[in-house]
Amino acid sequence: MSTGTPTSTSGGSDPAHAAPGTTVLGADDIARALTRIAHEVVERNKGVDDVVLLGIPTRGLPLARRLAQRLEQVENVPAADLVGSLDVTMHRDDLAHQPTRTIGETYVPGDGIDGRVVVLVDDVLYSGRTIRAALDAISDLGRPRAVQLAVLVDRGHRELPIRADYVGKNLPTASAERVRVLLSETDGEDRVVIEGGVR
Amino acid sequence: MTTYLLTGARPLGGDPTDMLIADGVVAAMGADARRGGADARTGGADVVVDAAGLVLLPGLVDLHTHLREPGREDAETVESGTRAAALGGFTAVHAMANTTPTQDTAGVVEQVWRLGRDAGWCDVHPVGAVTVGLAGERLAELSAMARSAAAVRVFSDDGKCVHDPVVMRRALEYVKAFDGVVAQHAQEPRLTEGAQMHEGVISAELGLTGWPAVAEEAIVARDVLLAEHVGSRLHVLHLSTAGSVEIVRWAKARGIDVTAEVTPHHLMLTDDLVRGYDPRFKVNPPLRTAADVEAVREGLADGTIDTVGTDHAPHAREDKDCEWGAAAFGMTGLETALSVVQATMVDTGRLTWADVARVMSTAPARIGRVAGHGRPVAVGEPANLTLVDPAARRVVVPEEQATASVNSPFAGRELPGRVVATFLRGRATVLDGAPVERGVHV
Amino acid sequence: MRHLLSAADLDLTEAVRVLDTAAQMAATQAREIKKLPTLRGRTVVNLFFEDSTRTRISFETAAKRLSADVINFSAKGSSVSKGESLKDTALTLQAMGADAVVIRHPASGAPHTLAHGGWTRGAVVNAGDGMHQHPTQALLDAYTLRRHLVGDGGRADATGRDLAGVHVAIVGDVLHSRVARSNVQLLRTLGARVTLVAPPTLVPVGVHAWPAEVSYDLDEVLATGPDAVMMLRVQRERMSSAGGGFFPSPLEYSRGYGLDARRLAVLPDHAVVLHPGPMNRGLEISADAADSPRAVIVEQVANGVAVRMAVLYLLLAGGEPARGRDDAAGTPAAEGQERTEMRTDETRTHA
Repeated sequence: MSTGTPTSTSGGSDPAHAAPGTTVLGADDIARALTRIAHEVVERNKGVDDVVLLGIPTRGLPLARRLAQRLEQVENVPAADLVGSLDVTMHRDDLAHQPTRTIGETYVPGDGIDGRVVVLVDDVLYSGRTIRAALDAISDLGRPRAVQLAVLVDRGHRELPIRADYVGKNLPTASAERVRVLLSETDGEDRVVIEGGVR
Repeated sequence: MTTYLLTGARPLGGDPTDMLIADGVVAAMGADARRGGADARTGGADVVVDAAGLVLLPGLVDLHTHLREPGREDAETVESGTRAAALGGFTAVHAMANTTPTQDTAGVVEQVWRLGRDAGWCDVHPVGAVTVGLAGERLAELSAMARSAAAVRVFSDDGKCVHDPVVMRRALEYVKAFDGVVAQHAQEPRLTEGAQMHEGVISAELGLTGWPAVAEEAIVARDVLLAEHVGSRLHVLHLSTAGSVEIVRWAKARGIDVTAEVTPHHLMLTDDLVRGYDPRFKVNPPLRTAADVEAVREGLADGTIDTVGTDHAPHAREDKDCEWGAAAFGMTGLETALSVVQATMVDTGRLTWADVARVMSTAPARIGRVAGHGRPVAVGEPANLTLVDPAARRVVVPEEQATASVNSPFAGRELPGRVVATFLRGRATVLDGAPVERGVHV
Repeated sequence: MRHLLSAADLDLTEAVRVLDTAAQMAATQAREIKKLPTLRGRTVVNLFFEDSTRTRISFETAAKRLSADVINFSAKGSSVSKGESLKDTALTLQAMGADAVVIRHPASGAPHTLAHGGWTRGAVVNAGDGMHQHPTQALLDAYTLRRHLVGDGGRADATGRDLAGVHVAIVGDVLHSRVARSNVQLLRTLGARVTLVAPPTLVPVGVHAWPAEVSYDLDEVLATGPDAVMMLRVQRERMSSAGGGFFPSPLEYSRGYGLDARRLAVLPDHAVVLHPGPMNRGLEISADAADSPRAVIVEQVANGVAVRMAVLYLLLAGGEPARGRDDAAGTPAAEGQERTEMRTDETRTHA
């Protein structure tokens, strides 16, 4: 759940009284989770020859890059050849309910995604609507052999029949709570925080 | 006839005095005003008007009104327009010639004159067209109009310029026979083809075709020289530019028999109002710059400009409720003119109330050769009078005005002053700021 | 951004945002599948009171690529051409549920009146009004300039960049040109320096208030090495007495202000030539210049679609921020970059 800068995302319907966040994953936890996911990707796909990691901006993209670095170490494939970016803004179904969003960049490494295995990477899996938009966006780019999903946190509350293939951490939450993933690339530190709600 | 006692009124803004109005004239003033009867309060008058603090002016005279009838009764009628005039403090208006049919024959001017007489709100003096159909080509039968029941003395193609120098020369000469005056709408037509607003910084920004100041000034300059050459008198309508003021000032210094008019809107509004493309601000000549506004105020203050004429130009809603380019030129003004003059000239210290009487009554009556109006506020004079409350303030709401149209550029503005009463030959047309229907006894 | 009526409506941040969004739109147009579902269910009306097939097609393509429904309403030639008809037409379109009205009108200010007359609730996009404004043309020109002069022809990332330091000469009929007015404002906002070049008859009185220099000598300006030369269309009828007699003959105009091979050769290597089209070959631009590798005129057309997609996206895609219970993105502090980073479904049902 990429939620922008801290100032604009303090959780709760009344930000002034938001509970201080509870850290549920530290930097080491995140690193271990990503390493495990990287190995699972290799194992499941019997290598990474056909794999493309598409990160969903904003925070899915650095996570995809980190996974690619790990795959590079394991499989000796240049990380840059593995990672792309998939902006899903223009495929969202809730545009009319939100202030106008800036459109992020979409790029695909190498020769596109036709016949390859696309691993979508995002920070938090929640309702599943982002992933639905992502699946639509992918179909505009080409026809992959398979699409898999890797997320750092799965917090439940799915609204669509979507599940993750690789999960860093399952995090049972109340819907009133807010899960924030902070990454050093975008936020200056690695940490996963739960805010709001009554714990 | 109802007699009126005005108590504590200030003639031309001077010391308070009482005035008795009876038999259509100012019957008495001062202590004499109450000697008509035993009752000390009423002095025998039928109606007492408490005029304490109010300024008493000779009834205002407009040399420049568009009453639209015949032809555009959807925008204004003689009845609605003259009612608006009375509410604005006017006792006489000149109805411009650009009606349909054009006021270019004795028959049409007499029709308008009769409509005015029948309405009874103020005297209506039709303006005769200078040229047939305002086409600028052939002189209309000016003499016939002058000798008609309407007794036309002011001739104008207003809305269009008598641009052909020969036609203008002939008109200036011809009207001398009956002491007429040509009132020129100074607009060089070739320099203003497609013109939409004042040509300058704002027109360049808005992409609207410009109406350059020189198009007015060139005609004013030509006409004062023509008037000098043929020894005629000339009246310049709605002077709007600093250059025009300069030319008229020069002409007067030279002894040329020229008089000039400024409109209330050119005394107050500037071309930057066009930025919102609101057609209420579309007028001809266009709103000019702040420097021009200052120049016409100065001209009015120093006597270069003789009169304030409203150029009251009502338009049907559909002619203003559209994009700028398609909108008609013109603004209503009868019911706001005196307030605008107060705001721009009196409250700024540039004119006294006596000066206001000069520029809005005496001078226009003299130029139009209107008998019985623009007279001194004195015993024995026709009781054409206006009572103004200079301390009042009001917000202009066009829908509440008597004019049939709502195209007031002052809508929503707060203006000073309020006409409390208007008397036409001793009969109240307005009392307590409300129109008085004829035959209603107050 | 509620409407796009004038290039002056955009501040630097907004202008750069349109260009950045256009860049992403352009990227999607390089794909095999160019259509995006973004504006599904939205209705865009092209309301053209003046013939302009190019502009209409560009807007129509942009709207369709974003899956909006498009209604083309050509008022030219029908009895619908007087003032009251704009109001009636607008009321009709409102009744039909137009989310956006793209309007081309011969009267300056007509889009402004449409947007503020209370006749329509939809967004109004000015597709050219009289001699006033043509903001999407200026945006596509700026996009094209940025791509070449800042982004090295697409080889470098120009995202987030403005046009600071760029010198653009705009040559031709400035007086009657809405393209010039929009470009002067937008290029200035983006930090570029603008020199207007025209015969004195085709420069408006009041131009001294514009943020641009004025020259009557094209050769002198070209010698200063501008980064771009934007040629404006000149209508031949302007030379006739009835048309205003603005210049004596086409030949005299071309000699003074036409871009030909000789003048083209004076330009620096990196400089580009723009023209909003349609061109009068042989009048303001010679065939050599129009077809030279420096001319980016055809690319302007393609960029026009991307820029108009961006404008429609920015005007139509967002909704009222739903306050309160289920929308963290609706926090008042969120704006610009910040709010636009908040993109997930998760936030919607969240806090």
